[in-house]
Amino acid sequence: MSASLQIFAQLTVNGIAVGAVYALVALGLVLTYKATEVLNFAHGDLLALSAFIAWGLITVLGFSFWWALLSTVLIAAMVAYCIDALIVRRIVGQPQFAGVMLTIALAFMLRGLISMGFGPESRSYPTPWTGQTTHLGGVAIANLQLVIVGMSLVVTALLLIFFRSTRLGVAMQAASQNQLAAYLTGVRVKRINSLVWALAGATAAVAGVLLAPITLVDVSLWFVVLKALAALVLGGFGSIAGAIVGGLLIGLIEQYAGVYLPDGSKDIVAYVVLIAVLTIRPHGLLGEAHGKRV
Amino acid sequence: MHFDYNTQHRDSFALLRHTHQRVAYGLLAAILVLLPWVLSKFFVGELAYVFILCIASLGLMVLTGYTGQVSLGHAAFLAVGAYAHAWMLSKGVPLLVSLPASGLLCAAFGLVLGVPAIRVSGLYLAMVTLAFSVIATHVIGHWTSVTGGFTGLAVSEPSVAGIALGGPKAFYFLCLGVLVLVLLGLLNLLRSGLGRAFLGVRDSEAAAYSLGIPVGRVKVLAFVLSAGVTGLAGALLAHHTKYLTPDAFTLILSMELVLMVVIGGLGSLRGAVLGAILISLLPTFISRIKPLLSERLASQFGLETFIFGFILAVFVLFEPTGINGRWLKLRAMVEAFPLYRRDTFKRSKRYLKSERYK
Repeated sequence: MSASLQIFAQLTVNGIAVGAVYALVALGLVLTYKATEVLNFAHGDLLALSAFIAWGLITVLGFSFWWALLSTVLIAAMVAYCIDALIVRRIVGQPQFAGVMLTIALAFMLRGLISMGFGPESRSYPTPWTGQTTHLGGVAIANLQLVIVGMSLVVTALLLIFFRSTRLGVAMQAASQNQLAAYLTGVRVKRINSLVWALAGATAAVAGVLLAPITLVDVSLWFVVLKALAALVLGGFGSIAGAIVGGLLIGLIEQYAGVYLPDGSKDIVAYVVLIAVLTIRPHGLLGEAHGKRV
Repeated sequence: MHFDYNTQHRDSFALLRHTHQRVAYGLLAAILVLLPWVLSKFFVGELAYVFILCIASLGLMVLTGYTGQVSLGHAAFLAVGAYAHAWMLSKGVPLLVSLPASGLLCAAFGLVLGVPAIRVSGLYLAMVTLAFSVIATHVIGHWTSVTGGFTGLAVSEPSVAGIALGGPKAFYFLCLGVLVLVLLGLLNLLRSGLGRAFLGVRDSEAAAYSLGIPVGRVKVLAFVLSAGVTGLAGALLAHHTKYLTPDAFTLILSMELVLMVVIGGLGSLRGAVLGAILISLLPTFISRIKPLLSERLASQFGLETFIFGFILAVFVLFEPTGINGRWLKLRAMVEAFPLYRRDTFKRSKRYLKSERYK
């Protein structure tokens, strides 16, 4: 393999690994958006909170990685359920902007609580794969990245099966498509919506626990939600496939830009692409064009 | 209760139509003029900062509150205004030219952002403005020859015709003067045909369009106007901070601007001013009450962030019309004193209001 081709292959692998995280975060955003039409700006802070909880469980209480992952997922799901049941549910029926403002407020509160509870310093925790790499035809892949890609695939597959073939999943789809009709056929819409939030919280926890060992356990982990939002917009809001395609695209574009484009463009290329795509296709790459009710 | 008895056509044009309004605003003006001689230097500086944020908040209010276009990237316009102003001053351009020029440059940036932005709406628009702001701060950070990059750019002292305005009192009056000009300009503009077109676009694009309002052009104009006003605020902010770094204009600042207009009450200039006052004085207030809190709570990081979020959440949940709405309710209660009905301002609850097409 020639050197340039090898670099390209390495970038592609890295891009997919990073993109998988973005896709996973975007997936959580899609879930709440589809169910309650609230774009959850606090998703990134739930993710950061999960990373801190996992750190506490692993280094302070001495949990094994898998037990910590499972407990964190459960805790994050409960937190997300309570956020919807106690707070977000109250603004049903108000314009979309109110939802954006409320979740931004929640994001500020969560961020404040995290720094109050854990202090400002960043930290890290070990995983079973820290420091291990696999070599595949001249391309080095950190095992942690393989786990992330695998985990994203597993989560996506589980979600798809869940929505296709369980009663609860179908009820969630029904509630998202038409709340009144779903309510009249006996779906408990409020509870279902809170459960969707719990599900989104669980995906945030998975993403947070896996992302933190690569970066650091820090409040600034929430920034990943901005990339995920870009991914979501690229893919078009409200489709799980769009979120995944968008996430992978953003991950790949970033990696390529870091090498092939001038220095410093890596951080902004995602946003340049975002503006360009929306100018040409105002509803995202995979989104459908809708009219708006008058 | 007040009733309007117009005896001349011009009567209906007056901004202050009743004696009690004239008295109240006259008193306010007198207090604002006298304050610098009463307060300490620190608070005069703080008040100048409050005025600057009021201008920025007014700029965003035109776009978000009156035209209904969300922007999560207005810190970028503040940054462009601040850097343009500082750069022009360093090239020897006089302040009275440089101040409007940086506003105009920002307006041009508003045009650049507005043209692609009007193609999208709602959440997509929020994302486009957010992306624009990230790109703008990044470019400022890396365009070292003009902006000084991350090491920063020093701003020269403000002076008009050889008279230095760097002192807290002089700067206070400079900011107050610009604020009053902007406020009067916007008050009159929003009563004009264009202002009514803004409201029409906000309330129903389809209805506005069918009444012959060029919706796209009106939206772009709102962007241009909003960016220009915010740019003016940015130019003044440059003098307040005295040293510019790109880190000062992050997403958090954009969100604080949005906080101001939402907490103040969307769709009212008074709301923009009240929101800006509350949000800009909050950090000072928190640092003042910290000694009263327990040792453990006061030393915590993130307390300020938490309080910001908490206040915003309280307003979104319990007073969606903001401080201005609360003020109107209080006034109505006092004016109608024994006859006030509690449900006068009650909003009808509408469930299932979807912005999705079904």
